[in-house]
Amino acid sequence: MAVDLNMNVLIVDDYQTMLRILRNLLRQLNFKNIDEASDGSEALKKLRAKSFGLIISDWNMEPMTGIQLLREVRADEKLKHIPFVMITAESKSENVIAAKEAGVSNYIVKPFNAETLKGKLISVLGEF
Amino acid sequence: MATDSVDPELAARLQELGKEPGGTVKVDEIAEVVEAILTTMHGDLSAVDVKLYDELENLSRFISEAKSDIAALRPDEVKDEFLPKAADELDAIVEATAEATNSIMDAVGEIEEVMSKLKGKNAERLMDATTKIYEACGFQDITGQRITKVVGALHHIEEKVDALLAAFGDEIAKYKVANPKTEEPPEAQKPTDEELLHGPQMKEQAMSQDDIDALLNSFD
Repeated sequence: MAVDLNMNVLIVDDYQTMLRILRNLLRQLNFKNIDEASDGSEALKKLRAKSFGLIISDWNMEPMTGIQLLREVRADEKLKHIPFVMITAESKSENVIAAKEAGVSNYIVKPFNAETLKGKLISVLGEF
Repeated sequence: MATDSVDPELAARLQELGKEPGGTVKVDEIAEVVEAILTTMHGDLSAVDVKLYDELENLSRFISEAKSDIAALRPDEVKDEFLPKAADELDAIVEATAEATNSIMDAVGEIEEVMSKLKGKNAERLMDATTKIYEACGFQDITGQRITKVVGALHHIEEKVDALLAAFGDEIAKYKVANPKTEEPPEAQKPTDEELLHGPQMKEQAMSQDDIDALLNSFD
């Protein structure tokens, strides 16, 4: 099934610059509806208020981190099906393992390029 | 020891010190205890007592010298001046790179607007170029996170220096009084840091170009 580029995508990061970079790169990949949150708790509120087809989140945020957000999402019957991509500078193997165990769909290490982002999104969503 | 038992006052003091929270004891208090042990040793001293006396005397001298050496390093300046200044400079770097990155992205946004009206190879080339600019802008996020970690480390050092200052009691204040800073630099010397430009100033301390122009114009 073709990827619906009109689906709502939620990007979560406490750095405004990174939110802007992600938004622009996703727009270049033809995603039309991109929403932002600056930490896990704000993301959860948005996820519970509207339907999203993809979450792309940073790890290090306060008060709710990316891994906490991931666990909340996977524990929520209504949200657990949403693909969750972690984009973070935390590249230690224990972080990757923790994310995998929590149910992450894919993991991108910063700094990343557009090709890596596209490749990981294809592996999660399918060709687009 | 030549004395039959430990001086009760000293014993009480030692017991009190053992209860100090956090495992830190003021340097002055250690010196006091060593001095107290030395003064309680009297009467006929055995060879072992003499050896112990020597060692304690050495320890007392060592503590006294270490106190002066460390006070001369002025850890109070490190805590009150250098560490906060370094943290502020690093915060300013994060802020400046964020501003610069946003300006770059604003400019790229405009290029994209023009690009949307183009077709074919030129549009593709511009798209590739703008994508690369967005990717490169990710440096700000990475440097920001790293600098934030360094600022955290500086705060940790600040806490340790604080503990050091607490352990030294009024030793540093005494050193400050005994060694006041000289206001006038000695003549025929290399310029001091104060005399040199300090590179970019912090925003709140800096004058804008408009301020400088206004100041220069005020001379006309």
